[in-house]
Formats: sequence, C-alpha cells, structure tokens
Amino acid sequence: MASTSGEGFGSKVVGILALQGGFEAHAKMVRSLGARAREVRVPADLEGLHALIIPGGESTVMTLGIEREGLAEPLRSLVRAGTPVLGTCAGMIMLDREHLGLLDVSTRRNAFGRQIRSFEADVDLAGLRGGPMHAVFIRAPWVAEPGAGVEILGRVEDHPVAVRQGNMLAVSFHPELAADPRLHELLLQMNGSDERVTRAG
Amino acid sequence: MDENFQTARDEATFTVKAGLAEMLKGGVIMDVVTAEQAKIAEDAGAAAVMALERVPADIRRDGGVARMSDPAMIRGIQEAVTIPVMAKARIGHFVEAQVLEALEVDYIDESEVLTPADEANHIDKWAFSVPFVCGATNLGEALRRIGEGAAMIRSKGEAGTGDIVEAVRHLRLIRSEIRRLSTLDDGELATAAKQLQAPLHLVRQIAADRRLPVVLFCAGGIATPADAALVMQLGAEGVFVGSGIFKSEDPERRARSIVEATTHYQDPARVAAASTGLGRPMMSLETSKLEAEQLLAPRGW
Repeated sequence: MASTSGEGFGSKVVGILALQGGFEAHAKMVRSLGARAREVRVPADLEGLHALIIPGGESTVMTLGIEREGLAEPLRSLVRAGTPVLGTCAGMIMLDREHLGLLDVSTRRNAFGRQIRSFEADVDLAGLRGGPMHAVFIRAPWVAEPGAGVEILGRVEDHPVAVRQGNMLAVSFHPELAADPRLHELLLQMNGSDERVTRAG
Repeated sequence: MDENFQTARDEATFTVKAGLAEMLKGGVIMDVVTAEQAKIAEDAGAAAVMALERVPADIRRDGGVARMSDPAMIRGIQEAVTIPVMAKARIGHFVEAQVLEALEVDYIDESEVLTPADEANHIDKWAFSVPFVCGATNLGEALRRIGEGAAMIRSKGEAGTGDIVEAVRHLRLIRSEIRRLSTLDDGELATAAKQLQAPLHLVRQIAADRRLPVVLFCAGGIATPADAALVMQLGAEGVFVGSGIFKSEDPERRARSIVEATTHYQDPARVAAASTGLGRPMMSLETSKLEAEQLLAPRGW
C-alpha cells in the first residue's frame, strides 16, 4: 500500500515497544505505509530510530518490563532528543507524569469502565484532515490535568482522549485496530530534529 | 447512565471483543484462586488473571463436578487488581456465563477444565456483550468456537498436568492445518470445510490470511519459562499458566520468570537466565499415563 504523503517513508525505522501488548498491529500499519518496523525489547533496539510507538497493552506489565530491561532512561533520552513518539492507550499512560514523566498529563486508567464498556466511536481530531477518526476504545484511559503546553486534539464528551505536546502524540484509543493510518502518517511526517513540528492541518 | 453522553458509542462489537485479546498479546494470563494470589500475579507481570475456585491440578485431584466460582471470590479479585479479570463457565452453561457478564468480568472462558453442562451445544457467544475465549485441540474446533462468537482461542493442552506434550500437539496441529488450507484452491476449500466441520467463510478467510481471525494463546501444561518460550516459538501469541505458578515452590519468582521468557522467547540467553534457580516446579503428571476418563481436552467438540 503506497503512502499518500510521498515523503519517502521507506528510509524511516519506527521502533515499537514490544514488551507486551498490541505491537504487531502497529508494525503492520507502519509497514503498510512503507516504513520499516523494529520491535524494541532492550535498550540496544533503540539505536537509530526515526520514530517510536508505545502500544496498548497492560501498563502494569509494561512498567515492570521497562524497569527489568533498564529502558526508562534510554526511552526518556530518545524522546527528549526530539524523536517523534506515538503512545496509544497504555502507551499514553507510559508517557504520563507518573510513569516515564515525559508528557505533562495525568491519566486515569480504565476510565470508561471494564471491558463491557469498551466501545467504538467517531472522534474529531484537531488538525487531522479527512473527517473524524474511527476510534476503538478498549478499557481505555483518559487524560486528566493536562499541563499548559499540552494541546488537546480530541475529546469524548468532556474527556481528552487525544493530546499533543511537541514531538509527543498520545491517544486513548487504538488507531492500529481501525483501518485508518492517518495518525501513523502524522508520526512519520513529524520531523525529529525540530521540536516545533508543522501541524498536519 | 449513558443519557448525558453526546458521543455515539458502539459497545460490544466484535472489534472491541477481539481487540482486548490483541492487547493481551505477548503476555501471560495466570490462574488465581484468591485476591492475594491475584495481587502477586499482577505484581509479577501477569497481563490478566483467570479467577477460579480450584486450579486444574486440584480439580483433577479432588474429582467431582467443577463449576463457576463464587461471585464473592470473583468480586474480591476484581477489587484487588487493575488488569483484566477472566473467569470460567462450564461448556454450554449459558446461565453461568450470564452471571459472569452481570459481574462484568472482562473475558469469559468457556472451559473444558470445568465439568461440561451440555453434551451437544456450546454457549451461543454472540448473545453476550462480554467476550469469550474458548479452547481448541485442532483447527476445526477453533473455527466452530469462532463461528459461535469466540473472540480469542487458546489451544487446550492437558490442564493440571505440568506436561507440555498435549499443548505442543494441539498448537502444532492448528498451525499445520492453517498452513495446509493456504495451499488449497476454492473447490478444495469447500471440501476442507466439510472435513473440518467448520464454517466455509472462516475456512476461506484463513486460507487467505494464513492465520486465525482472532488471537491464539496456548494453555494446558506450561510449567517452566522454557515451556512458555517453546509454545511462543511454535506460534502462540501468549500463554495461559494454570497450576504451573501457584503449585510451584516459589510462585512469585516463577511468575516473573515465565513473563520474562514469554517476552524474550527468541533469545535463548534470556530464557536461560529466566530458568535459573526457580526451585521446584509443580507436581507433574505424565499425560500418556492417564486413563481416558481423566483427560480434560476431549471435553467439547
């Protein structure tokens, strides 16, 4: 499947944290855009990445894994150096103040309820061309107490479910489970060397 | 309570049911019988817990009819952890499943480990909002369960033995039958569907995709980190560990080690490290020495 952006994603390597969770669906999406996907389990896997995805899964498992593998500092250095990062669901939680401390938000885990309250919905995202995004929410968190530098891109009712802060993009839902590659394209279009990334819209 | 919401939500779609299993991938789902065990499992890195009254090894030892757990126990476990909580219903016992749905468990396991309630019919899983995981010994059985609405499949193995041989047999069979379908033409696929006693549309889909349409975990007999890495290398996307953890000498350490080996299943050095100094595994039974009536995997069809 060809990318619509024509930016030559083929030269880009996207790391996907693969300690546990939905990393394969992200890898498939990244490859469908013509970029390369690399599973990240140890710090050495972070070498030479153009972008990083922290997938959904269980945040408790990922927290333990990051600690066990000594990944916290290398991940922080990578993101602070400006590498574009996309966190989805548990990946958003991992970026927050209480976990990696990169994204200036708190998150409320399982905020919409247990699995029986999981849902699909169309969500409007600021700056994303092409209409609302079909979003799959699974035991999803939402953002609480966003800091001043955090841009809210989308909400479900009053609750922020998509945010951006510089090179960090975080969503409560699972773009990799819907056939909509726009957030992955946005990640690949973000310029890692420039923190003030051009908005897609 | 949804009246105040403006966003139109579709709940209980197959995408959200199968999607939760997608988020459990690469993880270890652990059997627990108390809230304390659930907490130990969560702290050791379990991706989910399976709440049940007795682990399979004890069901096997005690005999008698094995049923759904006491709701008080399931609620206690739901309050103790934040990870998904699964619970087992008897094969065909749709009222046990209704009770588990009313308790809002995150996944229902229609399980051969409990005593079957219906010798002809499995639960109509499409009728539920909570997703189901079901066991299978071969591809036809897996596809019949998916046809009935299962959103996740686990190969059955032989629960409560600590013997990996049946898990390997079932997983290899499912995977080789998938590979075989991918070599057949349309006419042959219709015949294959008949032989597998499986819905033709699912047989066609598998032939095209070369994989199940839902996540495939492995269960039944996993006792060591190397067992977990073995089934992951054979194509499992995650593992269920039943008696293997809390019937071992050092459950907390064994749980952590199985989690580590499941993540690093392709790295023998890491599996070696995870296998080191774990103490005694569970008391195990050689499956080939069991009598036919002692086997759990043939339950269901």
